[in-house]
Amino acid sequence: MSATTTQVPTYRDRQKPDDRPVRVRSSLAERVAPYAYVAPFFIIFGIFGLFPLAFTFVVALYHWNPIGEHTFIGLANFTRLLHDSRFWNALGNTLGIFVISTVPQLLLALGLAQLLNHARLRAATFFRMAMLLPYITSVAATALVFGQIFDRNFGLINWVLGLLHVHPVNFLASRIGSWTEIAAMVTWRWFGYNTLLYLAGMQAIPREMYEAASVDGANGWQKFTRLTIPSLRPVIIFTVVMSTIGGLQIFTEPLLVSPESGLTCGAGRQCQTLALFLYEQGFGQFDFGYGSAIGVALFVIVVVAALVNFFLTTRTRGAR
Amino acid sequence: MAEMTVPTEASLRSPARRRRRRPGAVPWYVYLLLIIAVVISAFPLYYMFVVATAGASAVTSVPPRLYPGTDLVGVATRVFNTVPFVRALLNSAFVSLSVAVISVVLCAVAGFAFAKLEFRGRNALFVLVLLTMTVPAQLSVIPQYLIVSKLGWVDSLQAIIVPGLASAFGIFWMRQHMSSTVSDELMQAARLDGCGSWQLFWRIAFPVVRPAAFVLGLITFTAVWNDFMWPFIVLKSPELFTVQIALKQLQANRTVDVALALGGSFLATLPLLVTFAFAGRRMVSGIMDGAFKG
Repeated sequence: MSATTTQVPTYRDRQKPDDRPVRVRSSLAERVAPYAYVAPFFIIFGIFGLFPLAFTFVVALYHWNPIGEHTFIGLANFTRLLHDSRFWNALGNTLGIFVISTVPQLLLALGLAQLLNHARLRAATFFRMAMLLPYITSVAATALVFGQIFDRNFGLINWVLGLLHVHPVNFLASRIGSWTEIAAMVTWRWFGYNTLLYLAGMQAIPREMYEAASVDGANGWQKFTRLTIPSLRPVIIFTVVMSTIGGLQIFTEPLLVSPESGLTCGAGRQCQTLALFLYEQGFGQFDFGYGSAIGVALFVIVVVAALVNFFLTTRTRGAR
Repeated sequence: MAEMTVPTEASLRSPARRRRRRPGAVPWYVYLLLIIAVVISAFPLYYMFVVATAGASAVTSVPPRLYPGTDLVGVATRVFNTVPFVRALLNSAFVSLSVAVISVVLCAVAGFAFAKLEFRGRNALFVLVLLTMTVPAQLSVIPQYLIVSKLGWVDSLQAIIVPGLASAFGIFWMRQHMSSTVSDELMQAARLDGCGSWQLFWRIAFPVVRPAAFVLGLITFTAVWNDFMWPFIVLKSPELFTVQIALKQLQANRTVDVALALGGSFLATLPLLVTFAFAGRRMVSGIMDGAFKG
């Protein structure tokens, strides 16, 4: 049936009339030109982006000392990794920090975007710019200042807790405490950026749709859950994907959270992330092979996360 | 009569609702919540400023000191005496500016080819770029280090600049803006006038996307200025450190002087804050535009 229907312009076609490439005059120079335009990018991209990515899988098969020799040991690095409790610990920390930073961050961003989306809001530019302040602050500076705010003896948080008659908390000593501290940094740094993305998405929803919903008797909450959220689906998926990639890269926060914690983020490795574990093995222990095996594990996690994301999004689409 | 005494749900609700929806009426709690969000956004930066101006006593006072002092020069001097911080600021400025300018040019040219020219392998190459965007770059940090050391670039600034030039995000960004804002009619007309593809790029396409290119430059500058892990791996000599690595050095001295790390953090963030004061508005609209182009 659908095969016989002909040439009905789809929404997509109408949306992007300019996407048709220009036909190039077929002089030799003009036919070669596009390759010349993309070549500088792809040469650098190939050497410093693609090749290292592929080569990670090769180095992972070796016992590779940066100054000594390297010997092929097959999958030994991987069997060692699977039996290494430090790896599972780092994986757990990474996932834990990811969850307790991403969920509040995206919910907060959704709520704030809804507030900023009021048509007659005054000082809208001021509020939007203020949301972006954390984004221009470096992770290193963020880690240092949060280290002080969460300090056991003189930190602001513990002072407030003291007013509430709660005993001072040594955040870094415990797993959940150090996760909270790191998640607070991540959430702080990214909630505003995500707010702006959601706000942009909300502004792309035609006002008539809200008016139609009001005519049908929908209240504010129903409009938010039944109209705003579904319309934001592509943006939400985008922010979840970006947060996943960001979550797997957490490195500077646990490294700088305190001067004593070092490469393990505390004696009990309570907040060592996968990226920090990779660094510890590769550049702290000079075991490039094992470090690369951790890199391959990160790659596998990205692929699994992408598949989970894909299935979740296609299933929710089917349900609608 | 009976109709009057049994008001419908709609008639009960409508006067209040109509009042709330009058143009200009943003409920007060919206402002309250937004101001709380602004305070949360700004507080860590403000706190850096407090410590940077009040000195070491601010970090050990109970209750915590929350108002600035007058000793900015004193704290800054100690920062400058502990690590080569001025040098670090210059290194960061040089590296960030080089990467921002060169990579925007590379990405604009390549983005133009992807958006507006036809060539064999176009889609395959672009999908390749998109796919690598979804993989955290640092998982291949060990082979990257091997390459940089083969080139003899370890402990040099080009080890940061050159690999930073090929940004997948940048090419994606420029392609989106090229395909959504540069009109094909204009391009066709220019072609009929005898323009080659380079002139199409330089005379027609680039001027149109210049605002987007500027925002990409700002985003790239910020990202390179703030980058930590890669400079931390490849830079060894203190005179080559970027500000972020200098901050790590300051933190190592934290047992001696607690205010150093936060004073340094403030000084390291200040150049970006100044840039943001001038260009923040464009950055905000650039990020919001960039989200859905194409």
